[in-house]
Amino acid sequence: MRRYVARRLGYALLSLFLLSLTIFLFVRATGDPAVLLVEPGASKDDLETIRRELGLDRPLWVQYGSFIGNLVRGDFGQSFYYRTGVLELYLSRLPNSLLLATAAMAFSLLVGIPTGILAAVRVNGWWDGAGKIFALLGLSMPSFWVGLIMILFFSVYLGWLPSSGSGSALHLIMPAVALGWYFAAAHMRLTRSSMLEVLGAEYVKLARLKGLPEALVIGKHAFKNALIPVLTLAGINLVIMVNVAVVVETVFAWPGIGRLLYEGVAFRDFPVVQATVLLGGVMIVIVNLFVDVLYAVIDPRIRYER
Amino acid sequence: MNTSRSASLTLSGRFAALRLSGVPLIPMAILAALVLIALFADVLAPHDPEVGTLGDRFRPPAWLMGGSDKHLLGTDHLGRDVLSRLILGARVSVVVGFTAVIVAGILGTGLGILAGYLGGWVDQVIMRITDTWLALPALTFAIFLAAIVGPSEMNIVIILGAVYWTRYARVIRGEVLSIKERDFVRLAVVAGCSKRTIMRRHVLPNVVNSAVVLATLMLGVVIVTEAALSFLGVGVPPPKPAWGLMLADGKKGLMAGYWWLTVLPGACIMLMVLAANLLGDWLRVKLDPQLRQL
Amino acid sequence: MSAPLLEIRDLSTHYVSARGTRVVRAVEDVALRLEAAETLGLVGESGSGKTTLALSILRLLPPAARIVRGEIRFEGADLLTKSNAEMRRIRGKRIAMILQDPMASLNPLFTIGDQVAEPIRVHEGTGRRAAWGKAGDLLRAVRIASPETRLTEYPHQMSGGMRQRIVGAIAISCGPRLLIADEPTTSLDLTIQAQYLSLLRDLQRAHRLAMIFITHNLGIVARMCDVVAVMYAGRIVESGAVREIFNAPAHPYTRALLESIPRLGDAQERLAAIDGQPPDPAALPAGCAFHPRCPKAMDRCRDADPPPFTVASGHSARCWLWDS
Repeated sequence: MRRYVARRLGYALLSLFLLSLTIFLFVRATGDPAVLLVEPGASKDDLETIRRELGLDRPLWVQYGSFIGNLVRGDFGQSFYYRTGVLELYLSRLPNSLLLATAAMAFSLLVGIPTGILAAVRVNGWWDGAGKIFALLGLSMPSFWVGLIMILFFSVYLGWLPSSGSGSALHLIMPAVALGWYFAAAHMRLTRSSMLEVLGAEYVKLARLKGLPEALVIGKHAFKNALIPVLTLAGINLVIMVNVAVVVETVFAWPGIGRLLYEGVAFRDFPVVQATVLLGGVMIVIVNLFVDVLYAVIDPRIRYER
Repeated sequence: MNTSRSASLTLSGRFAALRLSGVPLIPMAILAALVLIALFADVLAPHDPEVGTLGDRFRPPAWLMGGSDKHLLGTDHLGRDVLSRLILGARVSVVVGFTAVIVAGILGTGLGILAGYLGGWVDQVIMRITDTWLALPALTFAIFLAAIVGPSEMNIVIILGAVYWTRYARVIRGEVLSIKERDFVRLAVVAGCSKRTIMRRHVLPNVVNSAVVLATLMLGVVIVTEAALSFLGVGVPPPKPAWGLMLADGKKGLMAGYWWLTVLPGACIMLMVLAANLLGDWLRVKLDPQLRQL
Repeated sequence: MSAPLLEIRDLSTHYVSARGTRVVRAVEDVALRLEAAETLGLVGESGSGKTTLALSILRLLPPAARIVRGEIRFEGADLLTKSNAEMRRIRGKRIAMILQDPMASLNPLFTIGDQVAEPIRVHEGTGRRAAWGKAGDLLRAVRIASPETRLTEYPHQMSGGMRQRIVGAIAISCGPRLLIADEPTTSLDLTIQAQYLSLLRDLQRAHRLAMIFITHNLGIVARMCDVVAVMYAGRIVESGAVREIFNAPAHPYTRALLESIPRLGDAQERLAAIDGQPPDPAALPAGCAFHPRCPKAMDRCRDADPPPFTVASGHSARCWLWDS
């Protein structure tokens, strides 16, 4: 197990290195990165100062070295708009996005898994048909549109829920459902197909031959096995959610990193944009690592992999 | 070098299989209609989508009170005709969507074949890059790139292509790895064909299926991403009507209850994505059951 | 003479396609008799209906299959009239079954102990600790070394032979009267097969178990079974005591099967095979299903499906040749 974790850790570190390199190169690739890295409305002298400060005339690998050095020290640049370090800004908003993503993930799993299981157990029945339609629609509706429609319904027409901001559980409901909707459909689909596969397995047949009650056959033997791919996907999806939440957060003015990114773009606050991409990637790498380890905990076969 | 073609399935053979079973009429009809609308948008649109009459703002659709036949689906906050904007928006979605998917497809398939067939350091390099780019969240990455190069229709296509090629590369490389072991490839190697010829004549036709399926599945994703970019203001720049942009504008009238500005553009997006997904699912099942895990 | 443990009369199980168009007569008109502690060999090629017959007894058929008529009397009661709940209590407890692939039969995510103890806990209501203790005893009974360690391990850590023994342990855990083994040695190495078969034999003697041994291997039948039933295209074409049938096979199919086994010492140059292919179960030939391949086919065989005729006491064959 330890060897497995160590190997995964190595891969993660490699990914992080490549990630930073990619971002770095992209910024440099446009020819004059100084324009980006300087406040909008800066004068020519300011541009020159920045160029010298960043050492844009020095060789690329030296620049990268100092870039990485800064990152490791936690210096992701200064936000033009907020006038504070970008990292602190990001970290202060991150919990909000995590909260939103967790709520959305909970919603997607609570809706997706049971419906998927039901669709598989009553395959080709009414429930399965309804589920298929729900899945199709869910996967085709952009999350921000779902959010806007919900605002129309629950805020404008019914007046039940607040249309923006954060601060109470009521504020969380609509953004979480809007964000989770697509994933609920995806999880339902995966649960259904995974469950169908498991239900056809020999060990399920044997469980029935043992005379176990159907609830035990499905709830114990089929369920855990069917869940493996779904949870793997869910783990990866969680981070995707945090990042894709940009639009949902913008629609609902939810103060997370997604909205931060939007502000960065709207106010031409490039350091914020750059850091958000970078940190978004870092999060994905970390979560992938976590999911790999979690996988090994659930599925004993993985632990003994050489 | 002409080696045996019987083992390697030809494109026409595959398409023959397609014609035999029930073609999904509805998604294809929807997509065909959208393409036609895109082509003839200028003729179809009743009004100029970019210019509006300020006196005519926020008119509801014709069948509601306050609506008029002049603007069948109402007007937006600048008095522009919604129907015309939707039609022109279709052009944007179709053009950007299809082009981006093709660009990403060519790039991704090409690199996937190279990585899979050549192996070695080429494979390692391409795969490391792919993995890294896959770790970057697509939407965020696209926004980042748009912030760097600035938004324009052309740039968006390039950006989307740059973000999504990795999805192809991964899958195609996997396919190539197994194709490499098949007899007709080995025969070609033994016969002395150059690597380039083999990749072009034997490997490529056999991965085209997967690439096409992927492209159809990616179409939906690309369109939603483009809509998101437009919604956030970094997509196709105004006043050109993109559905995502219409949603952003529509938000302004949302609290006042001007629902058609939100529901209609979003419904168009959903329709196109739905058609693409249905077609993609059907293609996936028909062309290559091995791809079911996609 | 006491009533047999298992008596099947007139059993027919059909698979119906979704639109009701194709009907596959997987099991047709089957009659069987099994006494306590007796072993029946059920022989036939793939697709002859052996597994469907086994699943019919346990009433665990897939949704497309239907038992259209018949009677399955087990311990005096007709299983076909029992409710689902009653069948559930019988499965695993009074009738057990072993499947072919031991790796696939065991759930990869749960420990051996959990899986062996499970039927004991469900059927006998035993507590966890006691059930695990009994599981250890069962592993010992199937000759697995250091059973206590094995209990906490997972299926993928065992060898194929061990897994099949564990499956055997699960099967006998609640003291069933009848064990159905569906090709249990087919996926085992040859060297392990013999050990496993002798284990089954010993278990049978120790627990007075009746067995239905499904196989396509006549050698195993000769070793393990007291009586044998030969299946072809869903019907039992011949049944009787093993010795009888091996010495004097009555049905041409049985004869052909026996002849196709190469014998050491025989100066045979070519392996005798049966001409033709097994019939498509959805499109059976008219009359006797075997007639297209039968060297002794008569006109009668094309017209009508023969009923079972008595060849000798306890030995019958479905063949017009024996119509006296």
